[in-house]
Amino acid sequence: MMFRPVVLWTDALIFVLLAVILLFAVYVRRHAHLRAPWRGVLRSPAGLASAMVLAVFVVIGLLDSLHYRPALPVQSGQSAHYGVEVLSVLDRLLTDLRTHTEKTYSAPLATHLYARETRLQPDGHSARVYPRLEYGGAQLADPQSDWIADIERRIAIGSAKGLVLAGVLLLIALAGRAFKTRTGLAQAARDIKTGALPWRTVIVMLTLLAVSGCVLAELAAGYHVFGTDKVGQDVLYGTLKSIRTGLVIGTLTTLVMLPFALLLGITAGYFRGWVDDAIQYIYTTLNSIPGVLLIAAAVLIMQIYIEAHPDVFDTAAARTDFRLLFLCLILGVTSWTGLCRLLRGETLKLRELDYIQAATAFGVSDWRIITRHILPNLQHLVLISVVMDFSGLVLAEAVLSYVGVGVDPAMHSWGNMINSARLEMAREPVVWWQLTAAFVFMFALVLAANLFADSVRDAFDPRGKRIDVYE
Amino acid sequence: MIAYLLRRIAYALPILLGVNLITFALFFVVNTPDDMARMHLGMKRVSVDAISQWKAEHGYDKPLLYNDSAAGFSQLTDTIFYAKSARMFALDFGASDDGRDIWNEIKVRAGPSLAIAVPVFVIGLLVNITFALLMVFFRATYLDVWGVVLCVALMSISGLFYIILGQFLIAKLWHWVPISGFSSGIDALRFLLLPVLVSIGAGIGSGARWYRTIFLEEIGKDYVRTARAKGLSERRVLFRHVLQNGMIPILTGAVVVLPLLFMGSLITESFFGIPGLGSYTIDAIQSQDFAIVRAMVFIGSALYIVGLLLTDISYTLVDPRVRLQ
Repeated sequence: MMFRPVVLWTDALIFVLLAVILLFAVYVRRHAHLRAPWRGVLRSPAGLASAMVLAVFVVIGLLDSLHYRPALPVQSGQSAHYGVEVLSVLDRLLTDLRTHTEKTYSAPLATHLYARETRLQPDGHSARVYPRLEYGGAQLADPQSDWIADIERRIAIGSAKGLVLAGVLLLIALAGRAFKTRTGLAQAARDIKTGALPWRTVIVMLTLLAVSGCVLAELAAGYHVFGTDKVGQDVLYGTLKSIRTGLVIGTLTTLVMLPFALLLGITAGYFRGWVDDAIQYIYTTLNSIPGVLLIAAAVLIMQIYIEAHPDVFDTAAARTDFRLLFLCLILGVTSWTGLCRLLRGETLKLRELDYIQAATAFGVSDWRIITRHILPNLQHLVLISVVMDFSGLVLAEAVLSYVGVGVDPAMHSWGNMINSARLEMAREPVVWWQLTAAFVFMFALVLAANLFADSVRDAFDPRGKRIDVYE
Repeated sequence: MIAYLLRRIAYALPILLGVNLITFALFFVVNTPDDMARMHLGMKRVSVDAISQWKAEHGYDKPLLYNDSAAGFSQLTDTIFYAKSARMFALDFGASDDGRDIWNEIKVRAGPSLAIAVPVFVIGLLVNITFALLMVFFRATYLDVWGVVLCVALMSISGLFYIILGQFLIAKLWHWVPISGFSSGIDALRFLLLPVLVSIGAGIGSGARWYRTIFLEEIGKDYVRTARAKGLSERRVLFRHVLQNGMIPILTGAVVVLPLLFMGSLITESFFGIPGLGSYTIDAIQSQDFAIVRAMVFIGSALYIVGLLLTDISYTLVDPRVRLQ
């Protein structure tokens, strides 16, 4: 075996979540009344565009969730050994970015280091110069004259590749549709043009994504596109690795809190009486503790647990992963109360409706009433709150990491990047690229999530439509 | 009214007790005093004597909930729970790990926190309402559409970005105000300007968008149509009718955070070096001073409960249809 697969806790949960989403998608496809609002989401330009951006992030995050330990070179007569370093498929794809480290900071697309070093000159005496980078722009013979031309050439090649890629993808999609409806390509194109799908958005977004991806790849092959950080690690690599952290926090937290919120919210609203009182007491109490403080307290305590039991974790990755999972858990504990209250109120309203009264009169069991009649009618509330929470959680990670109670300092995350780059703003000249890269990627993810959440809410919330906004 | 208040305060007590129990469980059961002592003394090779000495110094050498060796009533009082957690009800927070009295510290630091939080709250509310009203006034035009897009973009930016950009542009590049720090008296204005400005800016996106939906909801109601039918101008409709009625959910929603203003803002204060309660909490978290974190959790919860109470009262004040039951 060349490698040994490693399944971290968060990996397992991510794939559980993926399975749940796929099952849910199949379920939705089979039911027309559920299919309609989703079609609405994908037919609004903002919804579709944001979904495409989110899809890119998700693919990168999933690639980064397939972990393995590479095999060490085998000595004869020994069984295979595996390195302690846990890599992911994304690491494998980005091997060049990962291993091409410089000495310290270098600016984006730079050919020379950020700091001066004393070097021996050809004429015998030493001088303080900016040394050439080991990898960034190493292919240039004379950086001064060739640099601009090389960058321009790479951007041009990247754009061309991107355009071709986008064109091919569009053609495949078109051919797929033509095959499905058994019409010619031209007819399929006409159908799409007259159909409800916002095809202009698809073309623009796909081109944009493909071109920017290809240009980035083309530039990254020869330079550090976003520069390097303090220890010379490529910043682009760091931001790409951070995507998974952001996604995990945004999604797994929800996965953790959903059972609590559903179970307690529905029980409280359905059974009322002392059950309701007890559950209300629980969530008012939890809610009244300031969230950050509760998280801080819990994370501090978990840190002590990790330090006291170092033998539980066999690799560093397992330890940082445990901390990430714990952060999700505690974020879930602090954030389920809102949804719980919402579900309780809605259940209170639903249980008085005629069809549920009728079910009760027929002697249908409580369990069956809840699963058959109440749960499906709460589905849109759950969905809306899940997508609305996502962006907030991604942003919260940065703040928590700054406070020192976020993810492990050794983990790639936007919060950690911002935190470590913050103090470098005082340097002269300013080291701005690390901050910028983290903020730009975070902004792209959060903006896409916000826009997507808005279109989901518009499609599912019957209340939103009733407001006559533009009378 | 007074009977209602008394009953609400009676309801608040079990919640505070619950908060107390949760923090107690977190700080003393999941994580025993032995662990804390070991952490403060350094993890490796700590002798049992050193641990018990640290525990005795900081008052952690008692049983958790029930003292077998004591007699009578002090079986319950001579415990960690009573000494460290239950005493907080009497605002007795004890000393932090570096030996200072926490309550004194809190009293001193509440001032700077309020100096930031109050202007941010008041001016921020005004700014957000203004922007929301403007968007509503220009509703269904491109101004409104782009206003909403701008709001979504603004709220998608991390709060840290506003602070770092503000510090970099205004303080470092243009030298208008100091980057961070604090001083007393009128001189404090120089230091307060930037944090207040940045905090307001960071809140505009979500605030203005939220208030816009509230105003739009009002605009669809019948009394607005009546007002228009009377021939009132759009401006009059907006400012006399929609604004006043929209203020009800806005103000009652804002009341709940009023008491929490005392707590200050964690991030802003620590970035700008303001010696308020927010930076106090952050420092405590970073130096792992559990006594302070415990006290702040308790105070925060108590203030939140006060906020809920104020919300209920404010409903009756602004809307005579609501009666306290």
